[in-house]
Amino acid sequence: MENDNRLKLSRREMIIGTTAAISAIAATKLTSIEAGESNKIALADVSFVVNGKKQHLALDTRTTLLDALREHLKLNGTKKGCDHGQCGACTVMVNGRRINSCLSLALQHEDDNIVTIEGLGSPDKLHAMQAAFIKHDAYQCGYCTPGQICSAVAVINEINSGIPSHVSTNLNQSPILNNDEIGERMSGNICRCGAYSNIVEAITEVASKAVKKAR
Amino acid sequence: MKFDKPAGKNAIDQLKVVGKPIDRIDGPLKTTGRATYAYEHQIAETKPAYGYIVGAGIAKGRIEAIHQTAAKSLPGVIGVITASNAGPLKTGRFYADRLLAGPDVDHYHQAIAIVVAESFEQARAGAALLRVDYVKSKGSFDLKKAGASATILNPGRPSTAATAEVSSFEDGFKSAPFKLDEIYTTPDQSHAMMEPHATIAKWDGEKLTCWCSIQQINWGVRDLANILGIDPKNIRLISAFIGGGFGGKGTVLSDIVAASLAARLTGRTVKITLQRTLMFNNTIHRPATIQRLRIGADADGTITSIGHESLSGNIPRGFAEYTTTSTRTLYAGKNRMTQLKLALLNLPEGAAMRAPGEASGMMALEIAMDEMAAKLKMDPVEFRIKNDTQVHPENPKRTFSTRLLVECLQTGAKKFKWESRSKQPRGKEEGDWLLGMGVASAVRGAPIMKCAARVRLSNKGIVTVETDMTDIGTGSYTIIAQTAAEMMGIEINKVVVKLGDSSLPESPGSAGQWGAASSTSGVYAACVKLREKVEQMFGFEPGTAEFSDGKVSVKNKKYSLSKAADSGELISEDEMTYGELSREFAQDTFGAHFVEVAVNKYSCEIRVRRMLAVCHAGRILNPKTARSQVIGAMTMGVGAALMEELVVDTNVGFFVNHDLAGYEVPVHADIPHQDVILLEDLDPTMSPMKAKGIGELGLVGVAAAIANAVYNATGVRIREYPISLHKILESSYNLEENN
Ligand code: FES
Ligand code: FES
Repeated sequence: MENDNRLKLSRREMIIGTTAAISAIAATKLTSIEAGESNKIALADVSFVVNGKKQHLALDTRTTLLDALREHLKLNGTKKGCDHGQCGACTVMVNGRRINSCLSLALQHEDDNIVTIEGLGSPDKLHAMQAAFIKHDAYQCGYCTPGQICSAVAVINEINSGIPSHVSTNLNQSPILNNDEIGERMSGNICRCGAYSNIVEAITEVASKAVKKAR
Repeated sequence: MKFDKPAGKNAIDQLKVVGKPIDRIDGPLKTTGRATYAYEHQIAETKPAYGYIVGAGIAKGRIEAIHQTAAKSLPGVIGVITASNAGPLKTGRFYADRLLAGPDVDHYHQAIAIVVAESFEQARAGAALLRVDYVKSKGSFDLKKAGASATILNPGRPSTAATAEVSSFEDGFKSAPFKLDEIYTTPDQSHAMMEPHATIAKWDGEKLTCWCSIQQINWGVRDLANILGIDPKNIRLISAFIGGGFGGKGTVLSDIVAASLAARLTGRTVKITLQRTLMFNNTIHRPATIQRLRIGADADGTITSIGHESLSGNIPRGFAEYTTTSTRTLYAGKNRMTQLKLALLNLPEGAAMRAPGEASGMMALEIAMDEMAAKLKMDPVEFRIKNDTQVHPENPKRTFSTRLLVECLQTGAKKFKWESRSKQPRGKEEGDWLLGMGVASAVRGAPIMKCAARVRLSNKGIVTVETDMTDIGTGSYTIIAQTAAEMMGIEINKVVVKLGDSSLPESPGSAGQWGAASSTSGVYAACVKLREKVEQMFGFEPGTAEFSDGKVSVKNKKYSLSKAADSGELISEDEMTYGELSREFAQDTFGAHFVEVAVNKYSCEIRVRRMLAVCHAGRILNPKTARSQVIGAMTMGVGAALMEELVVDTNVGFFVNHDLAGYEVPVHADIPHQDVILLEDLDPTMSPMKAKGIGELGLVGVAAAIANAVYNATGVRIREYPISLHKILESSYNLEENN
């Protein structure tokens, strides 16, 4: 093991051109990895379902749900815009409700049912909301888009299940689906490209179809 | 192919694919989370290490020591990179900032160290354990104060003259019967694109590959080579998808340098993203300005003199915010003077943000025009129309290639029901709300740049286009596919577009509103060559065949396009270069913005109710994506008018609100339905595409239109952006007291 490391080290030195500074760093690597191994961090196991598939992961306890999805499960559709709950790019659905996945640790989600943008649809089998986003050009760079779409799908469910918002005029009646309600409920999802006007149109189209179906 | 004579009729004019509101071809990838951005690439056979950048905790001074023992003893930490082991580094040729500090610190959150570890969590924990000893020194952080010693300078880059004078401004202004002389300020603003700067770097011997997020790949290669002191031939940059840029990812910034250094020193593939909280002070921003506008006019509304002086600040070698650009081209007026001043500041570097110069310049000029119209008791739309010019005001021999500013204003006024606007400020109420309307003109240059492209035809009839052009949300993939489809006479689903890779033919990238016109013209040139090759295969005279419906024909001889590639793929490469037309003609895009706001009588809360933009911007290659560019820009204009401001702590010397909670940008609830009218325009002096850019035009003027609407609603004139409600509250108290 030790020999292996040394071998690697000298080859690396050759590749990068040796200077005193560089070997200092490389030597650091050697010791710190050894130190790390003797002082290995504890990983914790977690299991949850992502897009219908059971996943078992052994994770650093500090890993957020967002990083578990992106760095461990390679589900990069869920985006990291801020890592602080300020932008909504990381929105996913957990047990049917939307959350900012950067704001919860993966370990909090034992047995949870998680749906990400990849689980909503695929390029050849688009979810209605994904299709509506394309039709209404409700995106530009596309980076906020998975979060917008997950939020949009959840917003329609929230309105349909009678959950009020800040702009609902009457808390005793079911909220109605209008631009104010959509605007209010979607305001946790920032789109710096400024596609809001088109996003509202996409959501309205899908929502009115959903309402018709329900009737 | 060289473009040096105005374009005649060509294959693009068929408009079977070009000019149609086609859905983005990258839509299915983007909406399903399958588009791969920089940080997300899976590099075969390597487990990447994670880098975490540490930003300086002082604005100016020196690093005495960085204590690393604790960080290095953390499990998983591979190494720490600082200036002392990074090797010599230079700066790039566009941004002036040094991308790794040490021993000197030039600005707050300048990168001082990179901690590399096996996981993101370990790198972050390691970064938190670095202890840094600094020696602080005094810096200059207050633009107003620094302005006293500012120099009138020739900014050098870009080479806009710092001062320009026609006739005698001072005399003209002095003798004008109607005068306006006011100061306007715009704050520092941040691009705040949704995808943070990110890079994965990998070395193979001397070869460096970076998956990164850079708008101008060619500048990126040039600058990274310069910074690291390596041969540009050994660098490959890949930016297939970019999560927004707005000028904030023009070329190399700290993430790519950090990842490259970290990968070189550790021998690992290293991925780094700038954490959001670092972006605002670590990278670049649109610098604050203090602008003085003077306008003199005759009683009939003719502008006789116009003067615009502007102060901004920057780090050494940084350039001035060239706010006066629009003032030099927009309105007539015999006596003219513009002047840029630059003060030394030790804040982060100020650089290009969407419509650099023009956006902040027009935030001032277009309020001044509104104020002047009020003084003259003229309608602000009429006042602007009265002072339109069809020749360049500084050089009457230079005509505008196309310019329908007047039509933009008239069309917009009609559509927006401008006549229902109250002529008196504070003349319209609805419950607790005061209603007002505002207008502003828009102008933005229409640069076009050399661009190369390669096209391949396969025996399946698939045309593949390759160029290092980027798509930052602008729709490049789609309009390039439309161009190739039109040229080769095929459907758009027969076109494959490959972008954002420096191993492909060189484009000027996405910046300065030149991307669409430049890149499609490059593709046009390559397609012309490919058409000739196809004609040759079928024994046709070059330039005689018709390409349509997947067929190539001359009279009654007709072949399938794919047949031309039967004995092997046909490949053509060419670039479009330009002659003197841009010197002969003033090439610009024009527009008009109309806004209605409601201001709460008691709280002074401002709500934007309606927005309309009318644009005159060359041939619209795809009205769907062009419209999106415009509404996105209008949204950014709402931010500029009402909320966006990097607040400077002039004691410490940094932007205090350096995250998305503190730096407020418009959200859904701030934006009403937006309307856009795209006036028909074909500009044959631009290129065979006859197109211009539109992405920056959409922003220019918006903020002023909102400011003017707020004035119309309340009677309060705010000249300091952003127009936050407390400024109206304070001024309206004053108004009442004075009455
Ligand atoms: S990444 Fe989670 S809210 Fe921004
Ligand atoms: S599409 Fe770019 S941020 Fe929304």
